[in-house]
Amino acid sequence: MFYREAGQFKASYQADSRIFPIRQDQIGFVALMAFLFLVVPFIANQYWLQAVLIPVLIFGLAALGLNILTGYAGQLSLGSAAFMAVGAFGTYNFMLRIDGMPFLVAILLGGLCAAAVGILFGLPSLRIKGFYLAVATLAAQFFIVWVLVKFGWFSNYSSSGVITAQRVNILGIDFRSPEMKYLLTLTVVTVLALLAKNMVRSSTGRKWMAVRDMDVAAEVIGIRLMRTKLQAFAISSFYCGVAGALYAYMYLGTVEPEGFNLDLSFKILFMIIIGGVGSIMGSFIGAAFIVLLPVLLNVAFHGSIGAFVPADLASNMELIIFGSLIIFFLIVEPHGLARLWQLAKEKLRLWPFPH
Amino acid sequence: MKLRNTLMAVAAVATVFTAGHAVAQQEQYIGLPSYRVGPFGASGAALYGGWIDYMAMINARDGGVNGVTLTWEECETEYNNARGVECYERMKNRGPTGNSVFQPLSTGITYSVLDRVAEDKIPMVTIGYGRTDAADGTVFPWVFPMISTYWNQASAIMNYIGEKEGGMQNLRGKKIGLLYHDSAYGAESHAVMDRLAEMHGFSVVKIAVASPGNEQQAQWLQIRRERPDYVILWGWGVMNPTAIRTASRTGYPVEKIVGVWWSGAEEDVVPAGEAAKGYTAAGFNPAGTDFGVIQDIMSHVYAHNRGNMSDRSRVGSVLYNRGVVHGIITVEAIRTAQEQFGTGRPMTGEEMRWGFENLNIDEARLVALGADGFMPNLQITCEDHEGSGLLKFQQWDGEKWTVVSDWISGDRELVRGMIQESAAAYAAEKGITPRDCSAQ
Repeated sequence: MFYREAGQFKASYQADSRIFPIRQDQIGFVALMAFLFLVVPFIANQYWLQAVLIPVLIFGLAALGLNILTGYAGQLSLGSAAFMAVGAFGTYNFMLRIDGMPFLVAILLGGLCAAAVGILFGLPSLRIKGFYLAVATLAAQFFIVWVLVKFGWFSNYSSSGVITAQRVNILGIDFRSPEMKYLLTLTVVTVLALLAKNMVRSSTGRKWMAVRDMDVAAEVIGIRLMRTKLQAFAISSFYCGVAGALYAYMYLGTVEPEGFNLDLSFKILFMIIIGGVGSIMGSFIGAAFIVLLPVLLNVAFHGSIGAFVPADLASNMELIIFGSLIIFFLIVEPHGLARLWQLAKEKLRLWPFPH
Repeated sequence: MKLRNTLMAVAAVATVFTAGHAVAQQEQYIGLPSYRVGPFGASGAALYGGWIDYMAMINARDGGVNGVTLTWEECETEYNNARGVECYERMKNRGPTGNSVFQPLSTGITYSVLDRVAEDKIPMVTIGYGRTDAADGTVFPWVFPMISTYWNQASAIMNYIGEKEGGMQNLRGKKIGLLYHDSAYGAESHAVMDRLAEMHGFSVVKIAVASPGNEQQAQWLQIRRERPDYVILWGWGVMNPTAIRTASRTGYPVEKIVGVWWSGAEEDVVPAGEAAKGYTAAGFNPAGTDFGVIQDIMSHVYAHNRGNMSDRSRVGSVLYNRGVVHGIITVEAIRTAQEQFGTGRPMTGEEMRWGFENLNIDEARLVALGADGFMPNLQITCEDHEGSGLLKFQQWDGEKWTVVSDWISGDRELVRGMIQESAAAYAAEKGITPRDCSAQ
């Protein structure tokens, strides 16, 4: 009843191509942003900020990166965690080796390093497709982690190969408290997510989707395959790289290359499958699902019913339930949770008169 | 109506649980970031099982520490850094005085919370793992890598090999293979082995095994080609039995392999079967149930069917006993802190830190605890957060572990120098001023 576009007329092309064509959506989005930026830092406690919101935002960004490559451009990749590692180690080295390096520039450069590496490992995509490409990107996963462990220069010759994030200071403001870290993460993620949203709506994104849907046809209508695919690899890796840098600087503080292992790559892949392949919002919903559900189950099992269930049984039950829920959602909604949201919106537009 | 009833029921249940927490008084809360699933789940279950059983025994036998009951809560980390951080944040403010101590049993999680523990004032105890240079208490006041660090362990292993060879001078010209887990944990061995090789004139062949390490044919072929006199197995999890099995397949004598303490449990040798007979590994606690403290756990906990281990035969295994060592150290630190700040009330994180820093478990105390020969004596000071550096070596005979050496120490002077060097570099990078221990 309240959610419909009757009476909202579009008088210009600009109005027609807005991200949120319906006024209710615009209001909703602004309200959400205002809530996240202005209210959350004041009402959320340390636990919520540091253990829930920051990781969800960071993993959401990484999933968004993979979604650009897999969901929009149709190139399967298993190397997302490795590109995150490149971003994290790149940022660390720029901060370490260049005096007075501003953090935001370092993150940008770290992301560009990841983009360069992404292009390199994207080259095979010109020849191979589908699962075979996934195997080729698997090489990136193992090779990059190996390089970071093997050559001490990357970790400044730390005896155990870990890097410790330097203190982040932007324009004299110290980003140490959870609130500040959260705000910085949120800002970076918001800017990049809006950028991605616009990218996939523009000719860039349309080219990606054309290549995804049928690359021979795309080539016939004049889309240059090499450029489009490598562009997708570069942008996707850039997003992953920035996510990796945030993971190191805003979340963990100290990271080892082994932390960016295949498990993490799989996790990011699951996030977009659960959240919705080819959906910006799906990346964040998927990240929230994969990051928070195990925590929720753990709280439930070890907290309240923990007294009645032996701990090893509880831990295994969590995994079983987590797995079953993934299967359940994939059966109920193969297009991901974002699709459920879309369906709900369509229903709402008709409600309460479905005919 | 149905929905309302359900809601009421849920609310009632919730009240019962919160009330259960509210009546608690004089409780010392200990958050356990355990892992019982995942690649290292079996090891985590034994370790945390032993620790929990010890605390349950203290509660049952003594009614807690000076009347303060020990309470604990588990949080599943799956040995995953991000989950570990979540657990840390979740547990840090629980209980009447917050989390007393954080012991994640994972080097990766240790690194991830290293900065946080100092800010939140929660001591972190990493017994036999974690960041080695944190043993310098002047730079890392909140971190306690107790009993022995990795560097000291490497040195102790070389001392043991030297002893077997009839003196350290006989190591000259020898070749030592170092088969290590390719991670931060495995990389910890490099610096100290290089230094020792230079000192004693042996050479080191470093061979990496990618995690998890269930395929080592190439590595052992390289070992066969290089023919090292000894191989140090610096592994974890499935890598260990695989190494022992592959060694026997490629014809490398198992007697010449010396494992580190994360390669020396029943879980590491039993899957290797016959091939493991004669394998030696380091450890700071022996296996077995003949110790007074294990007997107490049997009679006060398992006799009442309240034990944590579902498979009772694992009580007394190497990792279970290591968990008991964790329990002993935690409880003794609570006791030490209470003697200083007032008995009969829960200790805060800062008081616990004092307790750990002034921990002194000497021979007499070990006898009183029923832990004589069960763990080395341990004295922590403001500068030295390692405290002991003593290891025993055990050999697997196909059935059980038998201790084959006395307590062996590493070259503590050398290791201490390296620790201070590394800690100073860290302090410089992070802008930390080391505290002055004479003023404490």
